[in-house]
Amino acid sequence: MGYTLNFAVVWRNFDLLLGGLGLSLGLAFVSIVIGIAIGLFTAFLLNAKRSIAHGAAVVYVAAIRNTPILILILFTYFALPQMGVRLDKLQSFIFTMAIYAGAYLAEVFRGALLGVPKGLREAGLAIGLTELQIKKSITIPIMVRNALPALSSTFISLFKDTSLAATIAVPELTFYARKINNESFRVIETWSVTCLIYVATCVVLAALLRLLERRMAIPR
Amino acid sequence: MNQSFLDVLWLARMQILQGLGMTLLISALAIVVGTFVGVFVGLALTYGATPLRWLARIYTDFIRGTPVLVLILASYYILGTVGVHLDAFQAGVLALAVFCSSHIGEIVRGALQTIHRGQTEAAKAIGLTFSQTFLYVLMPQAARQAMPSWVNTAAEIVKASTLLSVIGVAELLLTNQQIIARTFMSLPFYFSCGFLYFLINFGIERFGKYVERRLAISTN
Amino acid sequence: MTQLLSIKGLHKSYGKTEVLKGVDCDMQQGDVVCIIGSSGSGKTTMLRCINMLEDFDAGTIELDGQTIGYETRGGQRHRRNEREIAQQRALTGMVFQQFNLFPHMTALDNVTLGLVKVKKMERAAAVELAEHWLDRVGLLARKGHYPGQLSGGQQQRVAIARAIAMTPKLMLFDEVTSALDPELVNEVLQVIKDLAREGMTMLLVTHEMRFAYEVATRVIFMNGGRIGEEGDPKKMFHSPTTERLGEFLKSSGFS
Repeated sequence: MGYTLNFAVVWRNFDLLLGGLGLSLGLAFVSIVIGIAIGLFTAFLLNAKRSIAHGAAVVYVAAIRNTPILILILFTYFALPQMGVRLDKLQSFIFTMAIYAGAYLAEVFRGALLGVPKGLREAGLAIGLTELQIKKSITIPIMVRNALPALSSTFISLFKDTSLAATIAVPELTFYARKINNESFRVIETWSVTCLIYVATCVVLAALLRLLERRMAIPR
Repeated sequence: MNQSFLDVLWLARMQILQGLGMTLLISALAIVVGTFVGVFVGLALTYGATPLRWLARIYTDFIRGTPVLVLILASYYILGTVGVHLDAFQAGVLALAVFCSSHIGEIVRGALQTIHRGQTEAAKAIGLTFSQTFLYVLMPQAARQAMPSWVNTAAEIVKASTLLSVIGVAELLLTNQQIIARTFMSLPFYFSCGFLYFLINFGIERFGKYVERRLAISTN
Repeated sequence: MTQLLSIKGLHKSYGKTEVLKGVDCDMQQGDVVCIIGSSGSGKTTMLRCINMLEDFDAGTIELDGQTIGYETRGGQRHRRNEREIAQQRALTGMVFQQFNLFPHMTALDNVTLGLVKVKKMERAAAVELAEHWLDRVGLLARKGHYPGQLSGGQQQRVAIARAIAMTPKLMLFDEVTSALDPELVNEVLQVIKDLAREGMTMLLVTHEMRFAYEVATRVIFMNGGRIGEEGDPKKMFHSPTTERLGEFLKSSGFS
């Protein structure tokens, strides 16, 4: 069966695709910001002494990391209402992604925390700083720099995962790709362009994040 | 009808088991094929002549820059209508296998590159050919090195298999969704479905650690 | 006394830097030749050309009647194919500074691997030969141990057994004690001395001046990619004819 390529439909709707891309990036950004806060807090709990909070953190991380994201998304949007928590599409997706990001980032930060030399805390104590001051001025800044590469790759992963918002009809990139595909049946054109948009965005994001890493790196 | 969750679960047990079987089948196929192809991709990335290496690089970066859902949708629509006419199951497994191969390719490349150059030199010095060196010296060490990442990827594939529900393959998630559509019991079924995946992935993680420990004993 | 090794006009460059600028070297069977010199003088490169771990740009290396690495066909210099080069490597045995034992194999398996896969020996015969050499280096009791369970000196001795079990015509030692803790150096040097006494032909790149003085039949001093001085160690070390050798000996603490 012959198939002649015709990109016209895709170009006509390119603004929709770009709008979807913008939303995808926005969703990823908001999710990671909230996720960083959750992840930092959880990381400290994971490295702390055994307690109920520590246990809860362990369960949280293990549960989220081992459950498929799609189920988490569907659960938040369809099942939570039955517990009285009713969120709209956008809110529920961001909520899910933030929780998801938080669990992965908790592991990233936990590792980065361990990479901060213990002697630094003692040096801080020796000059009279409190534990909280040490955490703020010494531990966290070093830890964040250690965690930057993993943070970057988590962000790019998150950006790709926003494609799942299409399953609950959030108008991001994949949603529009599907729409154009179903309306025009230009299968090869639609999906090749969509793939290229994702790949190109990932490449650009990776380059930008590498630049950021270099800017923030401790000079050596 | 006011059946309880457990009643419905019991009545639907065969359906759910079939869904579970489908999930495991999809995952196993994708992992096996993906690993096989991925090893060759990894070899091409490490030892290939420049054009081959570039090809492998473009393949890997393109696949890894695209969200899994988009890969699945593209495979379903393009290969389902143009040329080969694959059904949803075949298109979905193919997409997952390709996804897996790109990850395995990177893992194999990474593992091979961490092996000290001296190993190849020592093998050369006693007269081993390249294929002998690879088979007896490099691969055993690379396999041990790559094991944790490989187990990780396998777990990712199991989680990604849920996305095949979007193209109508009757794996575990879709099966549960069909039950929910009949009974409106979103909360218990999404929860139990998620819990089942958690158990599967947790099992994979434990198995991976066990294999790691056994391999470590034999080298030290 | 048969001529075993003959190197003529060896040249090698890494990119624009010429590392070997025309090196000649002849060795008879039973010779123990030590190559000394400062880093960057080309001594390790010369060693690694003999078993083609490094390609070389010009010159010839003849070992046991074979032309190593390259051949002239129709007036053109051609690099031999990988299979021929692998076969030629069986003529030499090499011991590395970093030992390079295969970490996933026991000491015994490290030694039998080449015997079974390259020399195509039967497993039983290979094990017997391997155990013989492990015994000679004093490590038969450790044959089932993995490299990670052995000390540096023990690992290096296994490495020597691995190389020599292949019955090479020429043994190449590349600074084999430089990576060892001082108290482990002696056990390795002792093994090498014993092998020398039994007539093994050896070429060693080394910093161990005392060893070279006591054991070598000849010492080559390399300087800037060329042979600076060559001769009997006892004469050379007491009365170096070149200034560079004199400076080198002084900075090496040899009086």
